[in-house]
Amino acid sequence: MIAVAVPDREGGVALALHRVSKSFDGRKVLDDARFAVRWGEVHALLGENGAGKSTIMNVATGVYIADTGVTEIDGVATRIASPIEASRHGIGMVHQHFRLVNRFTVAENILLAAGPEAGIRNLDQAARLVAAKGSEVGLGIDPAARVCDLSVAERQRVEILKVLILGARIVILDEPTAVLSDQEATSLLRFTRGLADTGHAVVLITHKLREVVGHSDRVTVMRGGRTVLADCPTTGLDEAELARQMIGERVAPLRHLEAHPGAPRLVVRDLTVARADGGKGVDGLSLELRGGEILGIAGVGGNGQQQLADCLIGLATASRGEIQLMGRPVVAASVAARRGGGLRMIPSDRFASGLIGDMSVAENLAMTHLAGRYSRWKGFLARGRMRRDARAAITTFNIAGATPERRARLLSGGNAQKLLLSREVDSELTVLVAHSPTRGLDVKACQFVHGAIQDSVAAGAACLLISDDLEEILSLSTRIAVMSRGRLVGEFPAREATAEKLGLLMMNHA
Amino acid sequence: MTEFLVTWLAGTPSYAMPLLLASLGLILSERAGVLNLSAEGIMAVGAMTAAVTTLLMGHPWLGLLAGAGAGIALSAVFGLAVVVFRVDQILAGLATVAIGIGITGVIGRPYVHQTVTGIDPVQLPVLSAIPVIGPVLFHQDPLFYLAVVLALMASWMLARTRFGLRWRAVGEDPAAADIAGVDVQVTQLLAVLASGALCGLAGGYLSVVSSQVWVEGMVAGRGWIAIGLVIFVRWSPVRAIFGALLFGGASALTPRLLATGANVPVYLMMMLPYLLTIAVLAIPAMFKLGRGPEPENLGTVYLRQDRR
Repeated sequence: MIAVAVPDREGGVALALHRVSKSFDGRKVLDDARFAVRWGEVHALLGENGAGKSTIMNVATGVYIADTGVTEIDGVATRIASPIEASRHGIGMVHQHFRLVNRFTVAENILLAAGPEAGIRNLDQAARLVAAKGSEVGLGIDPAARVCDLSVAERQRVEILKVLILGARIVILDEPTAVLSDQEATSLLRFTRGLADTGHAVVLITHKLREVVGHSDRVTVMRGGRTVLADCPTTGLDEAELARQMIGERVAPLRHLEAHPGAPRLVVRDLTVARADGGKGVDGLSLELRGGEILGIAGVGGNGQQQLADCLIGLATASRGEIQLMGRPVVAASVAARRGGGLRMIPSDRFASGLIGDMSVAENLAMTHLAGRYSRWKGFLARGRMRRDARAAITTFNIAGATPERRARLLSGGNAQKLLLSREVDSELTVLVAHSPTRGLDVKACQFVHGAIQDSVAAGAACLLISDDLEEILSLSTRIAVMSRGRLVGEFPAREATAEKLGLLMMNHA
Repeated sequence: MTEFLVTWLAGTPSYAMPLLLASLGLILSERAGVLNLSAEGIMAVGAMTAAVTTLLMGHPWLGLLAGAGAGIALSAVFGLAVVVFRVDQILAGLATVAIGIGITGVIGRPYVHQTVTGIDPVQLPVLSAIPVIGPVLFHQDPLFYLAVVLALMASWMLARTRFGLRWRAVGEDPAAADIAGVDVQVTQLLAVLASGALCGLAGGYLSVVSSQVWVEGMVAGRGWIAIGLVIFVRWSPVRAIFGALLFGGASALTPRLLATGANVPVYLMMMLPYLLTIAVLAIPAMFKLGRGPEPENLGTVYLRQDRR
């Protein structure tokens, strides 16, 4: 079995963080947060994206230094300034993004990371230790295999072995099941139970309720950088209450658009899109979107939203299924053809696939109509018209700091988004796909973006709003669906949707 | 014909050595993730410094040492720019070439065309008496043996030692290396300095061993060929020995063929090594041969994203 437990410590607090605050660029990511895990338990740390759960654990492992707060190990206040110091104190963390050198073998990676600390001097020794530790804890892996030839689950095993070989007794796993299949996840969760049974303290960072209820002893919930529920035993726990704690009270929407659905404008049937790593991003998804409605797609990020948006505009190829735009099949059509049909897009990363940062405001605005409105005899640009239109757009959309000649990158986030909106929400718009349209924007810019979307829909356009911001989904949509693992797992009219309902769907299927 | 072959093959190593030394240096630097395009300039400085030192001190070994030292000094400038100040590696490399060639003109001009005391080949007893193989393999200058030993040592260091493992980790995935406690910047600086020493030595070999005279511009593109050679041998020090001999053989062919009085256009012959460079680089790309162990992080600057 796993390394000998220390019986007299059983049940005592292994790691505790008190009153931890941390700001990045003036934004408070942790606000007086606290957390404690005991020896011999699996402790779930639950929260939405950006709740601060990874951050507080990164403070515990010395990746970040907290602005204020105390870290205690076994009740003794300890300063941890780097991951190496943390590992000397027996704290090990398996990050969401593995820290392995892909072309090295497993043994080489172990030697690189754990060599001096674990007293390993050469590759043979490292290989022997991997094999020995692996069979001891039940994580078999071939020490001579190259990491790039391993599956994601196997790479995770290497990371866990690395942490254990370094002597970790407090093991932190950051969303370990996010990358695993159901079966792999179950076996990993069983493994964490084994670790706890042999006296380790295990922290399971997650946003899945199922893992909290079935596989952990206690749970701490974080929201917006604060600890909202601490040290709660998971036996007899009310799931709905937990979901409400995690998601919190949402601000009521200011103005709700009345749905007046017209004819179907965008019809998606049985759409499947592959992810870059070969998995299915979108998996047999169907939806119908009519003029005059906003269909909000809620869901935890990474459940296929990006692939869906890319496939709708034509950046990603569907491996199966069909898309109809205004009654015409477009699944094989080019981006230009889809735009010609009135499809418009606000991508989640406005400078990656929306605007060209180093080109001017006027050029960015003209980009989508180069063949028509802005072309003159023999392919020369109608520069005067470009400039006039840009000036008009700057005034109408109130884009601060913009001139037609200014480079788009120099605009602030909100104003860059306005620029993009003014281009996409034009007179030919029939269907708008908005993917996290207010990500990173301040309140005022958010209001503007939301207003522009609602205005265009009131004028008859259809909008597909994909967002992991529940508040945005709830306040804008006329109809709401939840996306999980590449499909829609539930759908309501907006007035029947509540944060609790959506939260439960998002987490149970995530 | 046998005589032609023997003189040709026996002449090959002296053409191959500068390429081998320089490409070894570049391999060391690139395996740590630093794309070092400055070889041409560093070789120029090495050649000039080695020749001038030998002229002033009268000792060729001292000259070679000075050449390597000058290489280290110039590559320290490059390393500082790239590793510490995070200047674009391609730009910094090209600028270093310009600096190196400029310096040689300024300092070396008074010493042009003066004959330098050189280093002569050594005949290994018994072995050099073997027909054909003897003169080709065992009647060479000491640096030939040194370079081969260096290549084997570099290969062993990279593949078999913990030091080498860290070195390669920096070139493959600096973030993972950083987490594992490897000092990425120190490793890359070390790699750049090592490549400077070897490129400087390669330059010194040109002036003190093969030509025994210094002329401006005598490196004549060998630094660039070495850069191509590194890709051709897929970043392997041992393969670099054979790659360098292949390229050296092509260069050595030119004077031999001219000496036979064969009616081949001179300029075409002199183009041979460069054509060969293009050809060997194009062929793997054309036939989509495996990418081999090209360091994954070659040429990108590592910025620690720790947001402290």
